[in-house]
Amino acid sequence: MTTAGTAIRFDSVSHAFGEKPVLRDISLTLAERRIAIVGANGSGKSTFARMINGLLLPDQGRVTVAGLDTARDGKAVRQRVGFVFQNPDNQIVFPIVEEDIAFGMKNLRLKKPEIETKTDEMLRRYGLEGHRSHPAHLLSGGQKQLLAISGVLVMEPDVIVFDEPTTLLDLRNKIRVAEAIEALGQTAIVVTHDLDLVADFDRAIVFDDGRILADDAPSPAPKRYVEAMSGV
Amino acid sequence: MFELYRPGSSFLHGMRPGAKLLALAGCGTAIFLLPGLPAICAVLLAVLGIYAATGLGLAAAWAQLRPVLVIFAILFAAQVWISGWLTGAFFIARFAALLMLAGLLTLTTRVSDMVAAMERGFQVLRPIGLNPSKISLALALALRFIPVLAQITGEVREAQKVRGLDRSIIAIAIPVIVRTLRMSDAIADAIEARGYNPDRP
Repeated sequence: MTTAGTAIRFDSVSHAFGEKPVLRDISLTLAERRIAIVGANGSGKSTFARMINGLLLPDQGRVTVAGLDTARDGKAVRQRVGFVFQNPDNQIVFPIVEEDIAFGMKNLRLKKPEIETKTDEMLRRYGLEGHRSHPAHLLSGGQKQLLAISGVLVMEPDVIVFDEPTTLLDLRNKIRVAEAIEALGQTAIVVTHDLDLVADFDRAIVFDDGRILADDAPSPAPKRYVEAMSGV
Repeated sequence: MFELYRPGSSFLHGMRPGAKLLALAGCGTAIFLLPGLPAICAVLLAVLGIYAATGLGLAAAWAQLRPVLVIFAILFAAQVWISGWLTGAFFIARFAALLMLAGLLTLTTRVSDMVAAMERGFQVLRPIGLNPSKISLALALALRFIPVLAQITGEVREAQKVRGLDRSIIAIAIPVIVRTLRMSDAIADAIEARGYNPDRP
């Protein structure tokens, strides 16, 4: 899918938590289909990701999505940019699987037949049909993450940001989630420590201490990350 | 374990959620007005009959009571000590009937339908500044996160057991509270990210 209509721009963005700067004068444009955001804990990568859909607003500078300012047009931005959190338990709002998938669509005021059709489609797509009426807390970690992705996908965003989506998963579930991300038609921006997950991506941006350390194809960029982490 | 909706086609499944909520409130009040043990026992039998008639079965009724058996035992002992065994039995039968009635509501009603019904019902509270959407979402979140909080408590207890602190309420409560507060921030972000607008009409 082309992302020309949903290009994301960071213009001289800085942000601090209290006295501690977490992003320092970041300027870039994101327009590729698959983008990896890599960096150590506290490097600013999650803050960067949260700014894409307006969950966090910059102290200085401006973030725009398809020309919409996240500070001014937060609601419209969030319709275009979905967000999948690291821990699906924090993202699943309703106790029953099908009800949680429907939550975002109800917020968009979709009609009941459309909600039901899309819910069916998502349950089939991620092999959750048998869990339709089950309590979400009884799903496995991978199933919960797929449910969280379903809840975002039904809102049909142009871009989906994933914040460390495989960190809490075992290998089998990691593979399932990686396949789900790969199969997406949307632009995917994935914050991760898992370099294997993003090996085939179009672009990798490495953060270090709130700055961009490397911005390149996934083969050379994470190499800089590994070098930086090992003190080379 | 805490049980939620079970799909079915019984008369209770077909009833409107608002009517079920009102019926629960009415029956709950009536149970507290009933005078003696025989009347409460009759109610208990009637409630068990409803579990059987709706296809939920007696096991589902038992599942509503199992998690609170220890509390029932403590309350029963206290009542026997203060007022005698008849009062103790009356007290416990009354709470058991109430819990099983509430279970009938959650087992036959989707949470989203219940939330929608409450949202409509709470519209009358808007003039006094209460937001029906927030109240009903809070209810859904409570039902969703009871098992998650139980899981967090279990994890913390296990971690403290390794350090020999599994009997210290403080050593368990503080990490649970800290993790819960962090989780509540993350949940608020997730709800916002999924387009929730509490001020919608």
